[in-house]
Amino acid sequence: MSQTFDDISHQLKRRHRKSARLKWMSMGALGLAGLFLLWFFSDMLNKGLPAFQQAYVQAEMHYSEEASKDGRKAIDKALVPVVSRTEVRGIPLMLRNNPDMIGDRETRWLLANSQVDQYLKDHRHKLSGNEVATVDNLVESGQVALKFNRAFFTQGDSKIAESAGILSAVVGTVMTMIVTLAIAFPIGVMTAIYLEEFAPDNRFTQAIEININNLAAIPSILFGLLGLAIFINFFGVPRSSPLAGGMTLALMTLPVIIISTRTALRSVPDSIRHAAFGVGCSRWQVVRDHVLPLAMPGIMTGSIIGLAQAMGETAPLIIVGMVAFIPDVGASFTNAATVLPAQIFTWASEPDQAFVEKTAGGILVLLSILIFLNASAVVLRKKFERRW
Amino acid sequence: MNSQAPQFSQQMAPTAGQPYTRNEQACHDLSIRVRDLNLWYGKNQALKNLNIDLFQKNVTALIGPSGCGKSTFLRCLNRMNDLIPSVHTEGLVEMDGRDVNAAKMDEVALRRRVGMVFQKPNPFPKSIYENVAYAPRMHDLVSRKVEQDELVEKALRDAGLWQEVKDKLQEPGTSLSGGQQQRLCIARAIAVQPDVILMDEPTSALDPISTATIEDLMDKLKEQFTIITVTHNMQQAARVADYTAFFHLGEIIEYNDTKVMFSTPAKKKTEDYISGRYG
Repeated sequence: MSQTFDDISHQLKRRHRKSARLKWMSMGALGLAGLFLLWFFSDMLNKGLPAFQQAYVQAEMHYSEEASKDGRKAIDKALVPVVSRTEVRGIPLMLRNNPDMIGDRETRWLLANSQVDQYLKDHRHKLSGNEVATVDNLVESGQVALKFNRAFFTQGDSKIAESAGILSAVVGTVMTMIVTLAIAFPIGVMTAIYLEEFAPDNRFTQAIEININNLAAIPSILFGLLGLAIFINFFGVPRSSPLAGGMTLALMTLPVIIISTRTALRSVPDSIRHAAFGVGCSRWQVVRDHVLPLAMPGIMTGSIIGLAQAMGETAPLIIVGMVAFIPDVGASFTNAATVLPAQIFTWASEPDQAFVEKTAGGILVLLSILIFLNASAVVLRKKFERRW
Repeated sequence: MNSQAPQFSQQMAPTAGQPYTRNEQACHDLSIRVRDLNLWYGKNQALKNLNIDLFQKNVTALIGPSGCGKSTFLRCLNRMNDLIPSVHTEGLVEMDGRDVNAAKMDEVALRRRVGMVFQKPNPFPKSIYENVAYAPRMHDLVSRKVEQDELVEKALRDAGLWQEVKDKLQEPGTSLSGGQQQRLCIARAIAVQPDVILMDEPTSALDPISTATIEDLMDKLKEQFTIITVTHNMQQAARVADYTAFFHLGEIIEYNDTKVMFSTPAKKKTEDYISGRYG
């Protein structure tokens, strides 16, 4: 006697309940992950956004003879404790370089002291009661205000919080990434092409394949040690330089690029290869004219993601000395430089309260670059994705 | 090419008194001579002692049940089997007096003279024009743009596709219908002016109308090229082929003039297959 629908439905109930439970648990996990992400982003935005604004003071500048020796003499005495030290410190040098400016007067917006800045942003500050009153008055008269923080984007690192910027780190990051890409992309793509299109499938190539996959899982700090031992100690690449850092990160990015390139090459259907062989292409012509163009979007995507990963890497760079204090924005591959995550790391260990928002601001800049890179990888893939 | 009477090995010799009715002249021009061809996939022997003469400017159909080695044999003729690492070949495949399996033979040169059309239409993901123009340009058959344009037009005309695509040469080859794509692949193959065109079940992925078009095309193309086609479809073999070879379990059971083979098969196995008792 066969079972009726009612019997079967009764038995099914438990199974349906189970799948419903699993579904809710998965959705819960997703929700939790989303919540953490939201929390992280809102915290970063909360802490970091103020870094893009900075207190500025409007001052009557009088470039007197005295000011060329002591910059503080150029501004109103009452403003001296309020204005940033870096602003007044630069005045004598400026006057020495442009002697005809001596005697001039002008009104300028100067960077305010970081304590004033923190006070205006309702953070903890170390201003005395008198100074608070002065600042309050200046705010009243519109002579002190929060403005867009140009210094943050146009200056290098500084021990003085208000004039610490990320430009030297950004330049260092760009140069390091140029080195990384210049080394890792050609070597990685060529390796993948060889393994996928030319190499025979034997024990040796299988061993290479396994090791490349393992390489992708190695803790990045070990690559730093390798870079230190080989590039700096053995080959004598200058320490702390974008060259040393870039080469080290290239080692780390190589397996990512190799693996993604192999995947991209493998996704090109064999029918295309057969068609090309069939009209008498040599192996290299098959790869260059037919397989590579189709695999390119995948290769680009993988490389960009590998690059983004390298960009966020700090540990190996600490080992090769890229956490240096770099106040000058230099553009040389062999001079000491720092990168964004290392800069963030440096700021995070500063005791001054004003550096907290710098740290968060730096993270926001790094995050936006990474999100931009990943988004462009997705766009590239979508745009050049071909059907065949 | 040597003018040589067809040489059948003893077991495949047509019964005396059955003349080669069609293409009296053409049938004497040998295109590819195969002697004692054996092929292994790893340890599995897929082709056993094949002996066959393929004639110029004819359509030869290779028929037989699945897995009988007819496609494998076809790929021996332009060494596409080289792409499969586990394949090992022994024996002679001779074309134009040269052993195509010899170490000296450049497989690129071979494939330039022996074109191929595949089971599934596989145009390059490039424009229609580029699909046809790519190979001639690569082989330096054309030097100027005008020549290239002419060659593309000629190849597309010969493939019977020109009227349909002449206004959209820059559109991707993959935008065409399946039958058109297959004709584009034929145009691509004939653009390098080969001697032989191998077709590996060229119509099995197509609808009946496209199939008929391709069959008509084969009939026209055999004036210029030697066509060797694998087919699953016995009616197709009967319709288009001058000669038919029946493969079974890696051996050629029977090879003869198509009409003769379909009317009076010499072997029991052939008869069983043709009458649909297995396959």
